[in-house]
Amino acid sequence: MEHVTVPPLSRLAICGGTHGNEMSGVYMVREMQKHKDARAGSVAITTVMSNPRAVDACRRYIDKDLNRCFTDALLSSPITDSTPYELLRAKELNDQLGPKGGAGAVDLLCDIHNTTANMGLCLIFYSLDWVTLHIYKYIQSKMTTPVRAIQLDIPLSEAYSLESVGKYGFAIEVGPQPGGVVRADIFNMVKEAVDLTIEWLQRFNSGETFDGGEVEAFSPVQTVDYPRDPTTNEITAAVHPQLQDNDFKLLQPGDPTFLSFSGETMRHEGAALYPFFVNECAYYEKKIAYQLAKKITLTFPSISVKKD
Amino acid sequence: MELVCLPRLPRVAVCGGTHGNELSGVYLVRELLRVQRETSEKEKEEEDKKSMSVLTVLANPKAMQRCSRYIDTDLNRCFTHAILNSPLSDKPPYEMVRSRDLNALLGPKGSCEAVDLVCDLHNTTANMGLCFISYSDCDWICLHIFRHLQRQMPEISMRYIHFDVSNRESYSLDSIGKHGFAIEIGPQPHGVVRSNIYTTMKSGVQHMLDWVHFFNSGTTFEGGLVEVFTMVKNIDYPRDCVTCSITAAIHPKLQDRDFCLLHPGDPMFQTFSGETLRYKGKEALYPFFINECAYYEKGIALSLARKKHVMIPTVRVQTEQEEQANKLGFASEEEE
Repeated sequence: MEHVTVPPLSRLAICGGTHGNEMSGVYMVREMQKHKDARAGSVAITTVMSNPRAVDACRRYIDKDLNRCFTDALLSSPITDSTPYELLRAKELNDQLGPKGGAGAVDLLCDIHNTTANMGLCLIFYSLDWVTLHIYKYIQSKMTTPVRAIQLDIPLSEAYSLESVGKYGFAIEVGPQPGGVVRADIFNMVKEAVDLTIEWLQRFNSGETFDGGEVEAFSPVQTVDYPRDPTTNEITAAVHPQLQDNDFKLLQPGDPTFLSFSGETMRHEGAALYPFFVNECAYYEKKIAYQLAKKITLTFPSISVKKD
Repeated sequence: MELVCLPRLPRVAVCGGTHGNELSGVYLVRELLRVQRETSEKEKEEEDKKSMSVLTVLANPKAMQRCSRYIDTDLNRCFTHAILNSPLSDKPPYEMVRSRDLNALLGPKGSCEAVDLVCDLHNTTANMGLCFISYSDCDWICLHIFRHLQRQMPEISMRYIHFDVSNRESYSLDSIGKHGFAIEIGPQPHGVVRSNIYTTMKSGVQHMLDWVHFFNSGTTFEGGLVEVFTMVKNIDYPRDCVTCSITAAIHPKLQDRDFCLLHPGDPMFQTFSGETLRYKGKEALYPFFINECAYYEKGIALSLARKKHVMIPTVRVQTEQEEQANKLGFASEEEE
């Protein structure tokens, strides 16, 4: 693939508390805001507490999931008396860090999240983005803990999450951590990933060339809901103990998926796929027990900063 | 060994959803209700001949609907005599009204109409395994049930925690019954149901009900030593003096090490800037409720306990004669 040059990436936004009970990002942003020097060499860093009301209440959201409010359609919708808090907030964030798709948007937006699923450290991003793939490769090479990538194949106009506001962007998703809780080991992983991101940007801006290559990523295929009672809509089973905590381990046809509260086992039917977001708390209401992905290989070119 | 004869336990209450986002108890009580509904009339007749009746209760349905711990105030702090009996304000918190409803259903607390045993089901984000939480270290019923579960479920880590709070000041739902305890199982995130935790709770409740049935039917249960952890104090997170926001997390070397002895000088917290803060107490104690989500707002990062051994006597249910003799004994005492 042909070498790519990109203008300097001098404006970085680190966002936390997009979901008010995902605590690593909340404390990361608070900690970074204590340091008066908001520049790391060639990179100017903006730290943002995305959903302050939800953070105060220690809840995922007040009216509506903020991280589903960034589609082009929602960002341009007119404000009325009944506009949910999070939609107003999304427009504010779009003004501050964007506008999405515009020349004034921050160069890189990192949004920090936690999950109750045993996913370790994951980067989540939309379509092919050379900058994000390079940062992913860099973080993976420097951290001892496994780092994975989930690529959402959605066009920018329909991209619904905060990181789509930056020229480049990705979510840092780390688990397992209960909502409302901050674990030191998880916080340290997040901090390391953020530090390495800043380091890569500095090296990139200073003129270094980063070799291209290939990385493995996961591409979502489908979601699977819990078995539910048809009358009450209540769930009737929990994720099976053999699937629980086994995110990214291949799920084969016939493997157990659910164990009902009365003791029956349900099994996987269909293609062998990789489960993730297994038993994520916030997804019960979105009717998702786990998601399934195929493994893909992403090839990307070498990259360096564009010199005038 | 000393033999203690205790009154029958004809009425047992199993409660879930006291905190609406502690899901094992919610789904277990729903399952017990479903089984009760689907039990045939004939099976119900046979059950009536059983030695006890079991009430299953979803304690905080509104909080369950919202999947939050509570609506206005923590229901499991609303059962003191003072709160149950003092006049309600104009717009009382939902849970203060609810605790009175539960007191009417399962109590009244302190009276002879109260159910014989309340078992209240909880989850924690702390790595505590299965714990019994009780106000007493000498309620032989609770201690024998604990021992029974330990023997029936040897693969599960189990501990008995004693909160030394007088009956006057006891504040939780399980204090309504003549006997009562909470079963607390972790680690489980709030709002999540983990299959293995659900199964452990289901098993624990079944063994508890079996014990009560055997006890009521005349089985003698041998005494012996039981290890008990008595709560000594709580430790809060270090906080920013202006914002009150926490400035450190539980140290990685303490996280998940519930019931592993904490010595003076051991790491306790790690600040968000990477500094280690150490346990400054003089006495080595046993930590529990390490990093429980709901306790951040109560100012508790972890609780500390002392360990001791309690000798529990052999117990058997009172025979009808012994029950009569007891009543007469009380009556003559009153006359005197």
